[in-house]
Amino acid sequence: MAGLTLASPSAERRPAWSPWRETWRRYRRHKLAVVSAVLLIILIVAVTFGPFVWRVSINDIDFNARLEGPSLAHPFGTDDLGQDILARMIYGGRISLAVGLAAMAVAVIVGTLIGALAGMSRGALGHALMWLTDLFLSLPQLPLLLLLIYLFRDGLKTAFGPEGGVFILIVLVIGGLRWMPVARLVRAQFLSLREKDFVEAARALGASPLRQVVRHILPNALGPVIIAGTIDVAAAIIAESTLSFLGLGFPPDVPTWGRLLFDAKDFLDIAAHWALFPGGAIFVAVVAINFIGDGMRDALDARRVL
Amino acid sequence: MSQYVLRRLLIAVPSLLGISLVLFIVLALAPGDPFSELATNPNVPPEVAAALRAKFGLDDPIYLRYLRWITAMLQGDWGFSFVSRMNVDKLILQRLPTTLYVIGSAQLLALAIAIPVGVYAATKPYSIFDQIANTLAFIGFSLPTFFTGLLFILLFSITLDWLPFVYTTDIKATGFRWVVEQVRQAIMPVMVLGLFQAASMTRFVRSAMLDVIRLDYVTTARAKGLGQARVIVKHAMRNALIPVVTLVALQMPAVFGGAIVTEQIFRIPGIGSLLISSILSNDTPVVMAVTFVFACLVVLFNLIADVLYGWLDPRISLR
Repeated sequence: MAGLTLASPSAERRPAWSPWRETWRRYRRHKLAVVSAVLLIILIVAVTFGPFVWRVSINDIDFNARLEGPSLAHPFGTDDLGQDILARMIYGGRISLAVGLAAMAVAVIVGTLIGALAGMSRGALGHALMWLTDLFLSLPQLPLLLLLIYLFRDGLKTAFGPEGGVFILIVLVIGGLRWMPVARLVRAQFLSLREKDFVEAARALGASPLRQVVRHILPNALGPVIIAGTIDVAAAIIAESTLSFLGLGFPPDVPTWGRLLFDAKDFLDIAAHWALFPGGAIFVAVVAINFIGDGMRDALDARRVL
Repeated sequence: MSQYVLRRLLIAVPSLLGISLVLFIVLALAPGDPFSELATNPNVPPEVAAALRAKFGLDDPIYLRYLRWITAMLQGDWGFSFVSRMNVDKLILQRLPTTLYVIGSAQLLALAIAIPVGVYAATKPYSIFDQIANTLAFIGFSLPTFFTGLLFILLFSITLDWLPFVYTTDIKATGFRWVVEQVRQAIMPVMVLGLFQAASMTRFVRSAMLDVIRLDYVTTARAKGLGQARVIVKHAMRNALIPVVTLVALQMPAVFGGAIVTEQIFRIPGIGSLLISSILSNDTPVVMAVTFVFACLVVLFNLIADVLYGWLDPRISLR
């Protein structure tokens, strides 16, 4: 059937078929995903270029303007020291989004490596790696995250400075506890792909296992990895915010969104705006990324008929 | 059946050992001596510190230290909390019921929302109801528990003044009033945790139900002339909920994470808030023990789910 439709006259009038165009066509159908992508781009532009437009310092203390609600001088209000919340949120947003992306990269790289090894090996190694994956899946994530940060924070602080050390630690720990779904997906893809004819052909032509994996199998297994990676960004942002909210993430003078909520929670009755803006920012970022992931699923899952 | 349970138990033991090994390696790799607190803490006499150092054998080879640690944990010798001035196992046993009460109620609430909504959405896929339920579920699991908690406090405690936002164990009232107060103070934490769980569970239930509803035996039941409600509840739902059991168990690590945050927001005296306060006061034995208890609970719930699965689905129980 597929061969027949190609030859039909209506197909010739369409622009040349390309996988990227097809993916975009499928993605576009998910209205909320398109809206979310626009929202996320606005958010990224705002935190990247915000400091050039909004030139208020994050540390300017003004005791005459404590706990003020939104006004022209302070669009998002001020905190208990009279510091501008908009400026702090722009600064914190950079860190929150950077942690999300970096932790996703760690999770995807580790997950792809382990999944690929498990998917290609036909012996005990594959079983051992899957056992390890299942073991990590049943670890209690947040307690372990807290434990690791508790134990290693001081060491890294002295090695890389307070901000850099905590950033590296948080990214490694969040990424290191989130690679398991990616590993399972990659393994499942590899198990079916490695038996396909085109891989057989590559093998017959003398391609080394590494070349088979990198040139032939991995590109075809990337779809689910991209979807899982997108959702991992959201999960990492939530994890970082949770740590900061518990007072155990970045140092107090680094205003990540979670840290702003942590500081604001004792002033809820008199300064609700202080909690609502950063909380809202976390929510918008996470919901947008999750919807983008959902749109990607529609766009990249070829089995799904749209 | 008993053979199946036994086999599952035997599978749970290595994963518990694996988790304990991971915890121990983390502790052993940590820079600095985790027990150096003892030396600098003026409340601890030096001979106690020396005795503890000898007991934990900090200069022995690592496998010996692991063996000693795991035997001590198994014998219930979990160390001594210097902040609370009592044995760690007693401290945890004191706090555990509150945590289990909140988590349990939240799970019940989540099931009570997720099963009807998920099943109804699956019977009418892509209808308005389904789309609204899906979108709400999406928003629900994108809202972090710490933010919903603060929003609830803002709405129900500060604006409306309906519910207390600090959880107390020593309620002054007695009799019926005591029960009412106990329920009132649990409403917000249970709602925060339950709604978060309900969001992802609704999606599980819906997709499991969609898988089953297309099967031939459901069509047969309809062809026999059974009513819609009977087909859905008696035939489709019973089978659709079997995989949901496993998915609920797989969610347990996330539930405990949510419980830690909720306990911290509402100041519930459970093991989650114990973990945070111990970390903030550098109480290493308590931190290790609470993390281990959380790990044991995850393995336990996985075990229960496996056994339930075998009981619910006779196709796998005899293998």
